[in-house]
Amino acid sequence: MLRYILNRLLLIVPTLIGITICAFAFVRLLPSDPILALAGEHGVSPERYAILQHKFGFDLPLWQQYLRYIWQLLHGDFGISISTQRPVMTEFLILFPATLELSICAIVLAIALGVPAGIFAAIKRGSWVDQTLMGTALVGYSMPIFWWGLLLIIFFSGILGWTPVSGRIAVQYFIKPVTGFMLIDSLVAGNRAAFFSALHYLILPTIVLGTIPLAVIARQTRSAMLEVLGEDYVRTARAKGLSPRRVLGLHAFRNALIPVVTTIGLQVGTLLAGAILTETIFSWPGIGKWMVDSISKRDYAVVQSGLLLIALIVMAVNLLVDVLYAAINPRIRAQ
Amino acid sequence: MSEITDVAPLAVRAPTRWSALREFWHYFSINRGAVAGLFVFVALILIALLAGVLAPHLPDQQYRDFFIAPPAWLPGGSTEFLLGTDPVGRDILSRLMYGARFSLLIGAVVVSLALLGGITLGLLAGFFRGWVDTAIMRVMDIILAFPSLLLALVMVAILGPGLFNAMLAIALVLQPHFARLTRAAVMVESTREYVISAKVAGAGRLRLMLVTILPNCLAPLIVQATLSFSDAVLGAAALGFLGMGAQPPTAEWGTMLANSRQYILRAWWVVTFPGLAILITVLAINLIGDGLRDAFDPKLKRS
Amino acid sequence: MALLEIRNLSVTFATAAGPFKAVDGVDLDVDAGDVVAIVGESGSGKSVAMLAVMGLLPKTATVTADRLSFAGEDLFALSARRRRQVIGKDMAMIFQEPIASLNPCYTVGFQIGEALKTHLGLDRAARRERSIALLREVGISEPEQRLSAFPHQLSGGMSQRVMIAMAISCRPKLLIADEPTTALDVTIQAQILDLLLKLQVETGMALLLITHSMGVVAETAHRVVVQYAGQQVERQEVHGLFGAPHHPYTVALLDALPDRAKGNRLPAIPGVVPGQGDRPDGCLFNPRCAFATDLCRREVPPVQPPELGQALCHYPRNARQMLAGGATA
Repeated sequence: MLRYILNRLLLIVPTLIGITICAFAFVRLLPSDPILALAGEHGVSPERYAILQHKFGFDLPLWQQYLRYIWQLLHGDFGISISTQRPVMTEFLILFPATLELSICAIVLAIALGVPAGIFAAIKRGSWVDQTLMGTALVGYSMPIFWWGLLLIIFFSGILGWTPVSGRIAVQYFIKPVTGFMLIDSLVAGNRAAFFSALHYLILPTIVLGTIPLAVIARQTRSAMLEVLGEDYVRTARAKGLSPRRVLGLHAFRNALIPVVTTIGLQVGTLLAGAILTETIFSWPGIGKWMVDSISKRDYAVVQSGLLLIALIVMAVNLLVDVLYAAINPRIRAQ
Repeated sequence: MSEITDVAPLAVRAPTRWSALREFWHYFSINRGAVAGLFVFVALILIALLAGVLAPHLPDQQYRDFFIAPPAWLPGGSTEFLLGTDPVGRDILSRLMYGARFSLLIGAVVVSLALLGGITLGLLAGFFRGWVDTAIMRVMDIILAFPSLLLALVMVAILGPGLFNAMLAIALVLQPHFARLTRAAVMVESTREYVISAKVAGAGRLRLMLVTILPNCLAPLIVQATLSFSDAVLGAAALGFLGMGAQPPTAEWGTMLANSRQYILRAWWVVTFPGLAILITVLAINLIGDGLRDAFDPKLKRS
Repeated sequence: MALLEIRNLSVTFATAAGPFKAVDGVDLDVDAGDVVAIVGESGSGKSVAMLAVMGLLPKTATVTADRLSFAGEDLFALSARRRRQVIGKDMAMIFQEPIASLNPCYTVGFQIGEALKTHLGLDRAARRERSIALLREVGISEPEQRLSAFPHQLSGGMSQRVMIAMAISCRPKLLIADEPTTALDVTIQAQILDLLLKLQVETGMALLLITHSMGVVAETAHRVVVQYAGQQVERQEVHGLFGAPHHPYTVALLDALPDRAKGNRLPAIPGVVPGQGDRPDGCLFNPRCAFATDLCRREVPPVQPPELGQALCHYPRNARQMLAGGATA
């Protein structure tokens, strides 16, 4: 298993280098001059231009510029935001917990509903239950989530008035960030009202962000269960006189879990892409909205490093999923 | 299950293209959802083609007396504007009909570009193996490491906002899936006897790739192309929604949504119908995709 | 009263192309300590019939029988819960593909212990002790270490031994072995058969062996049932069957044995078992039978008397010799 993980780590290296090249190339691919772009609307004098050119190293050969960029990254220097003049990393660390909190809630919702729905549909294959569940899942899978979010706002906020339209917590609460997770911080602060307020604000974004992963997980669980239920070892388990619950839960589901875990891992990309839309709709102060705002503000230092950091997150989670996959698959674990 | 009996020697008469197509249709048509999806999709194509005839108004025509008029069946609605009007007094139904043109065009262009690029790269990687393969597939890995929408957004930031650039960006993001599929299929097919016999018969490399191997890996590509079509429609609408796709006053569905966002609590129809159009289109294509996958998959045919 | 009694067992599958009768009017008695073989080609419904007895068929299958009883209990009348107490304890089954039949996610020890826990309620230590004894009984060396092995670490023969250990863990009265050696190497096949027979003698359980190999039948069984296209076509004591087969299908199966072949070539039975769409009229075997007449093609054959092996045939073979023998006795 250790060898397997090491192998995975090694495979990641070229991708990692490729990602840094992409982020590096991004600023240089912009149609406008990078220094003018970095300087923003005001423009610069020729003297200042030369100073900046030297400061950013744009007068060096490309490969030296790249090495310099990597050197900076390795020292935790992800650049300075043009619009706020703060280090990009500082902003990222403030905003990322909001995205993480929302994403975790969404994936928990997706797993909690999707896996049982998939199992149930597989057991009742061909019945109206199966058809209804899988029909719903396909609708969810086809959902333009930016529209879905607006619809939910119209219905639950506009017509029923049950949920807030946007934001992370009601304005009257100020919670000192400890973990950056509003739910946890409010509990740490001992403020129950704030906790419920934060929960209240989480409901709609969680549903919106969780919809597509939920549909994908339900579909994948069903097909994995159907595949496993036809296997010989499930017949063996039944031939042993085990209860249906034990046959399904222990023997069938344990094996179906292997592809399902992979699918859940692949949803990280979907979640982060969905976070861009969801955070924009609900004005959720996370990295998705941060990226969209930065692109429209032409804050390319943020876009460059944000791109890199998000890709790193995706890769880290993929690695984690690979490890998890190995841990639940005896064929790899025993290596 | 009873054991499967040995299969009789392969069909004596070679199946003609026509009969293969009929058999395929037989399996496809068992799936009622897929047929419904196909029906809706054909209807969408007709609407897109005939928008000029069917639409009651021009998509950009403003009616200054009818800002945010509700749909016909609501009080204050008028049969002249069946689905109501938008904040600048344009007929929503007409804009949706013209918008179908953009969505189908986006899907078609994106899938064609992604197919072309992906198949070429996949063929090269799967056929030559070695460093060509490694280089191509690593690049695909890198593209896949970014969330698709984010990469498309950044591409558009580089290329500049607009419908065509959005299509290019989405095609680039979707293309690795085709490359991977083609490569995998080519590697499986390369070891089959018919390829070896073609090699022995002296077929050139290009001929081997395009004429011998490619037609035999089409099934997964067709399914992926269908799914990518719906991804493209969704992606372009999302970019439009974020203001990075088609620019106003284009009657693109995502852009329509973006422009009416601030009215959601006042005029639900302005938001509801464009999104519904996107959902119906994507759902129809995904239904077709599911049907195609089942019809191609020999494992499921028996049950 | 027999341990297992089957009267007129039929199994019909609902398929996309309409109902398909995979098992048609099967009768069988298995006594305690008996060794019975069911022989037939692939597709003759042997496995399906026994899966029906075990209650392991999918929902698309409809099982009917005039009588289906085990150890005096009517299997149809049992509640699902009571039936599960019988299955895997008093009546166990092993399968054709031993590697696929073991769950890849659990250790050998877990999978054997599971049956012991469910049926005998043994505690952890007792389960471990009993599992080791069982593995030793089926001829696995170093059983203590094997307990923590995963199925993918075992060979096919080893997997089948584990399957057998699991099946006999609760000392069943009847063990159904569904082509237990088909998927194994030839050298391993004999070992597994020997093991099954040894265990049968030692424990006194009844053994019901499903096979397509007449060679296996000759080495193992006391009694033989020959099945074709879901129907029983002949039933005899093993030496009678080899000495004087009555159904032309039995004759053809025996002729296909290498050590009984005449001439240089092994005779094959032309054609395949009829499937769902191509069932002939009259006798189901007539398209492949060397002795078929118009009568065979037109009318369903009668069941011959027991002295003719209850052959399902208009023209049973070796009939005169048997009847003559019967007359002198």
